[in-house]
Amino acid sequence: MSAQMAGVTRKPIAKLRSMGGGWLEKVCLGLLVLFVLVALFAPWLSPQDPTYGELGTGLVGPGADHWLGTDQGGHDTFSALIEGSRTSLAGPLLVVLVSTVAGIAIGLFAAWRGGWVDTVLGRLLDVVFAFPALLVAILAVAVFGKGMTAPVIAMSVAYMPYTARLVRGLAMQEQARPYIAAYRVQGHSALYVAVRRLLPNIGPTVLAQSSVNFGYALLDLAALSFLGLGVQAPTPDWGAMINQSQAAVLRGQPLSAVVPAVAVVVVVVAFNIVGENVGDRLAGRKT
Amino acid sequence: MSRTATRAIGVVSRLAGMAATLLVTSFLVFSSLYLAPGDPASFLVRGRSAGPEELARIRHRYGFDEPFLVRYWDWLGGVLHGDFGRSYVFHQDVSSVIWSRLPATLLLIAASALLIAVVGVAAGIVGALRRGTRTDSMLMLLVTVGAAAPAFVAALLLRSLFGVKLGWFPTIGNGTGVLDRLHHVVLPAIALSVTFMAMVTRVTRSSMLEELGREHVEVAVSRGTPRWTVIRRHVLRNALGPIVTVSALLISGMLVSTSIVETAFGMSGVGSLLVTSVNQMDFQVVQAIVLLVVAAFVVVNFLVDLVHPLIDPRVAAAGSAR
Repeated sequence: MSAQMAGVTRKPIAKLRSMGGGWLEKVCLGLLVLFVLVALFAPWLSPQDPTYGELGTGLVGPGADHWLGTDQGGHDTFSALIEGSRTSLAGPLLVVLVSTVAGIAIGLFAAWRGGWVDTVLGRLLDVVFAFPALLVAILAVAVFGKGMTAPVIAMSVAYMPYTARLVRGLAMQEQARPYIAAYRVQGHSALYVAVRRLLPNIGPTVLAQSSVNFGYALLDLAALSFLGLGVQAPTPDWGAMINQSQAAVLRGQPLSAVVPAVAVVVVVVAFNIVGENVGDRLAGRKT
Repeated sequence: MSRTATRAIGVVSRLAGMAATLLVTSFLVFSSLYLAPGDPASFLVRGRSAGPEELARIRHRYGFDEPFLVRYWDWLGGVLHGDFGRSYVFHQDVSSVIWSRLPATLLLIAASALLIAVVGVAAGIVGALRRGTRTDSMLMLLVTVGAAAPAFVAALLLRSLFGVKLGWFPTIGNGTGVLDRLHHVVLPAIALSVTFMAMVTRVTRSSMLEELGREHVEVAVSRGTPRWTVIRRHVLRNALGPIVTVSALLISGMLVSTSIVETAFGMSGVGSLLVTSVNQMDFQVVQAIVLLVVAAFVVVNFLVDLVHPLIDPRVAAAGSAR
């Protein structure tokens, strides 16, 4: 849905950069590194077992025992936040990996063959575009049951057209340049020229698109878990944590829902800002 | 060839394109049932006890013993007449289950669309005109955070602040009567529109800035045309094209997000119906809603393609200049 706006994003972000200077980018990068490290070492970092709920200690406020309090089942929010980073980040990572690889393959193929192959593929991508990723994920759950496997696969398909279109457009431009013809004349195979020579030149822009996609995939998967259709209890997950804290919100104690919500927004904002910057720098738009 | 004739041909070919897209999407949605493991008839009545006679009746009703394409054709014919099959949870026709929940969802969408159009565009104009000032920087920061604030987070914060803590708005349900309904829809509408408002603001701002830098604007200003006339007639009018196009692209995201917002606020609507139907394994309803959302997206995009040249005659000129 929103990834088309990636090109438009650039101006406000550049604006932010000039006003905030390099510190904003550095803070975001630091936050991302922190979250990745936390996800990697989650079992050793979480002070308590987030799946263990003490009945007597539901909805406790922040304190020495529970740094960020507990939810209404008595689960430690801080530990759930840490362990939940694994599922919350692994899902979108898979979506982005699969959709980027598939999108590159389809985009290059369409650009290289051109003609009717290109037209047919373009039309098919238009059809996939009509299916919003979250809707495809919900349909996948309806068909295959709850959990993350089916939605992740379905969303990989739903996100693929963004990359495929971008790659096709870029590859078309690159193809017109003389170095491609030079390689072809030297007798290199189309596959070699496309993958080894052309792809590295368009890589940075594709990477920037993928990092923007990562943010949106994270939002979609968190929304799915929020709806109770994705990650299932007792596995900790940010979206599922918000879902399970709905009753606590109504009782005026929203902390156990606000904590994972803030985590989601922080990661997505950080990913967008760092993604744009890395993309710009790799593409040589910024020194 | 005359201009009207070219335009008519363009409309007809777009119409054909839309029909083709709708046909393919409907086929995909229809086939999704057959991706499910096991016998489709027992899949439809999962989680409920159904005797062999009941299963035989379902098989007959949906023609599971007939060839795949024949079945699709029959199904498509039914859908075009508003027959989406029968819900085995509600024991009603799917169309009447959806129909009874449609007004609430349409109200939510209308309220959000109004917010997006008014607040989003206004903020974008302000950002462009006050470019580089503190107001602009604040707006852009809000836009960056807003675009990353998903509907479920916005719903959570609005609900606990204005609903639970301050008690200004109800936290659950649809309400009864006109005023009560409107009162109930305020927070959900804001929650639904935050992300999209941010995107529209962003596009409005950059599109306005692009127009502001053009020569014809400079000429108009130097001729002493009043500032607001310049902005209205020379900047905003030209900037409207991208804004309308982006708004159309946002529609499908907004339709899906109704399921998040309606679930978060305990409202009864088509969006929350989609979620409960997945939970209750009522596949007929899920399939119908998915089809409707996708069809709405395709149709809205077609309409925008039609309207775009009317808003921005340059598009039409580019189209017929061949």
